[in-house]
Amino acid sequence: MKAAVVGATRGMGRALARLMAERGDALVLLGRDAAELEVSARDLLVRGARGVVATARLDLAEPAGFAAALDAADRALAAFDTLVVTAGDFAPQESLERDPARLGRLLDVNFTATAVLCQQAAERLAGRGGGTVCAFSSVAGDRARQSNYLYGASKAGLSAFLEGLHLAYADRGVRVVCVRPGFVKTAMTAGLPVPPFAGEPDAVARVVLRAIDHGTPVVYVPPIWRWVMLAIRLLPHAVMRRVRF
Amino acid sequence: MAELKSAELKSAGLSLEPVAGWGRHPVERGAVARPERLQLPPDGRPVLPRGLGRSYGDAAVPAAPGALILETARADRVVAFDRERGTLTCEAGLSLAEILRVFLPRGWFPPVTPGTKFVTVGGCVACDVHGKNHHRDGSFGHFVDRLVLQVADGSVVECGPARERELFLATIGGMGLTGLITEVTLRLQPVESAWMVVETEPVPGLGAMLDGLWDAGKDWPYTVGWIDCLARGAALGRGILMRGRHASQAEAPAGPPPEPRRLAVPFDAPEWLLSPVLMRGFNAAYYWKHAWWKHAWWKHAWWSHARRTPARRTRGAARPVPYHGFFYPLDAIGDWNRLYGRRGFLQYQCVVPRAAGAPAVAELLERVVEAGTASFLAVIKDCGPESDAYLSFPLEGTTLALDLPYRGARTEALVHELNATVIAAGGRVYLAKDAVTRPEDFALMVPRLAEWRKVRDRWDPEHRFRSAQSVRVLGDTP
Ligand SMILES: Cc1cc2nc3c(=O)[nH]c(=O)nc-3n(C[C@H](O)[C@H](O)[C@H](O)COP(=O)(O)OP(=O)(O)OC[C@H]3O[C@@H](n4cnc5c(N)ncnc54)[C@H](O)[C@@H]3O)c2cc1C
Repeated sequence: MKAAVVGATRGMGRALARLMAERGDALVLLGRDAAELEVSARDLLVRGARGVVATARLDLAEPAGFAAALDAADRALAAFDTLVVTAGDFAPQESLERDPARLGRLLDVNFTATAVLCQQAAERLAGRGGGTVCAFSSVAGDRARQSNYLYGASKAGLSAFLEGLHLAYADRGVRVVCVRPGFVKTAMTAGLPVPPFAGEPDAVARVVLRAIDHGTPVVYVPPIWRWVMLAIRLLPHAVMRRVRF
Repeated sequence: MAELKSAELKSAGLSLEPVAGWGRHPVERGAVARPERLQLPPDGRPVLPRGLGRSYGDAAVPAAPGALILETARADRVVAFDRERGTLTCEAGLSLAEILRVFLPRGWFPPVTPGTKFVTVGGCVACDVHGKNHHRDGSFGHFVDRLVLQVADGSVVECGPARERELFLATIGGMGLTGLITEVTLRLQPVESAWMVVETEPVPGLGAMLDGLWDAGKDWPYTVGWIDCLARGAALGRGILMRGRHASQAEAPAGPPPEPRRLAVPFDAPEWLLSPVLMRGFNAAYYWKHAWWKHAWWKHAWWSHARRTPARRTRGAARPVPYHGFFYPLDAIGDWNRLYGRRGFLQYQCVVPRAAGAPAVAELLERVVEAGTASFLAVIKDCGPESDAYLSFPLEGTTLALDLPYRGARTEALVHELNATVIAAGGRVYLAKDAVTRPEDFALMVPRLAEWRKVRDRWDPEHRFRSAQSVRVLGDTP
């Protein structure tokens, strides 16, 4: 596999990139912080990434730079065949309610920018016979909850987009994987109370990598969340209003 | 320090939770951060680094309720690796387990390892851990070429044997009190396989055990003894002597050893399980199991020894065993510390200089036996020369480690008594396992404490880095 990864320096992206490195995949890490990317690239090289581990600048807040970043990834890998986007924005509901600018940023990064990037990559991959686009959404996008519907809405939009992308590009050889993590213990969720069924990044990464290899359109991690969300999606509105989880 | 409000905690990525060492005594609530990049908060408030929490007592426990704990385990990237020399530079949160997973298949092994692999490199430096090869190779710090620290004022300092040497020597064994170790450069040792050639031998008493360790240490890189510490009288100190070395390629079975199966302890053990009667039974069974099935083998070792051909001796010995069975027997039982029940336990580990000899060791064992405080097994080990690091634990002589289920004042009194014997013998206790030792006793054990304090005060005059242990043993304000 020749993968371009957005978000490999941290959390689930880091765990996933390590698995790919250890089986000898070639990687390009895309992100904002050059120094961080460099340390992660060296880590992955030592851990066994056989191909190039290069880095290139990409900022999800600046969609104008996406084409250049994808070009750089293509050059480093002689055309990548997989794009993985684990990066995303997160903030607690209260701070998003209080701060419209913060809310706007989160919606932009999680929905607009990620959709634009994946769309561009899908088109590129389709142009050369196919490949895989994998992006991390969230179970929070499956059903709105009073306690985090703002973050949830950004992910609901992304999930819908990815589903459409999958349908639209399937005939042109592009496989789209929408990852929907429940609570995973990473630095992003640090400080939050740990709910039941919380996952560890490594276990989650293994499931995701299998999904990428098989082109599974929707994958819940930890897998139990498929059933948890099934149940939650079936709850009537009146019940959702009363249970304030 | 006042406790942080929950909103503040959340937005800072902290959670307020009970924190304890591996012995689960004492427990204190701390504000725990688990960042992927090691960095001190800019506000200058007190902080304590913590690795995987495998030290037993209060070394990695908050100095005061709600104090900031910086867990390093998510900062675990490899920064560089020299394939020829085996020199590894990594972030301080990298664990030995991960080093083994990544580097052992390529023929590199940690130069020194404690009895569990679930420890961080930073924790190994801060405790200057020793392993079964101390008599030959010294402690962890001997293999460290460079440390990167973030010190109390927030600046980043590089130190090593030739650069900021005092800070370097104060940090090795410095229990996290000189600064946050962010990066470590470490020399791994080359090995030919992931298998160990191991010989075990029952020994009938303390004298034989000490002699056996000494003799084995001449030829074997790894030596250790398990003492049935409930055996009395003439049998005092009886146990199993174990020696090992890395198997060569020729000796090793094809392929890597199977992964150890991990079992977990699902609940806290009830107190009756720890009753002395049961313990006694367990220890005797452990001893006789080895004594019995080693019998035939033992004759063989003697025979091959007589031939004085090392190759033959090992060929005659037991089949090579996986490295994890030899180094990390307890890791196979997940949370085995819960076996000691809710009240937790102490591990008492001390070292007495060679000059004090067998009588001091015998006295310590006798006291434990007398007290009737149950302990499954005691581990005994020969240590080599002491290191230059001010607070490093090992010194040339014998070290003894034993588990003491925590029973309040009774257990603490026993520790003070044992400490008196240790002090009289010119020895010391291991801070990585201590939760009880009094400051005046500690001062008597560590002649270079004053020198260490001076270096610490220079780099951290306000004692920003502090722990429950430093409050207890060094008199820091909580
Ligand atoms: C089953 C078992 C067997 C053991 N066997 C041995 C043995 O044979 N020999 C031996 O020497 N020890 C042994 N130990 C003790 C253990 O090896 C040490 O306590 C080790 O240092 C724990 O590492 P940790 O990462 O869990 O550190 P923690 O326990 O989390 O922390 C220990 C100390 O290191 C400091 N620290 C941790 N990380 C940093 C950092 N990045 N910067 C600054 N300070 C830091 C902490 O402040 C604390 O003072 C054993 C422990 C267990 C549970």
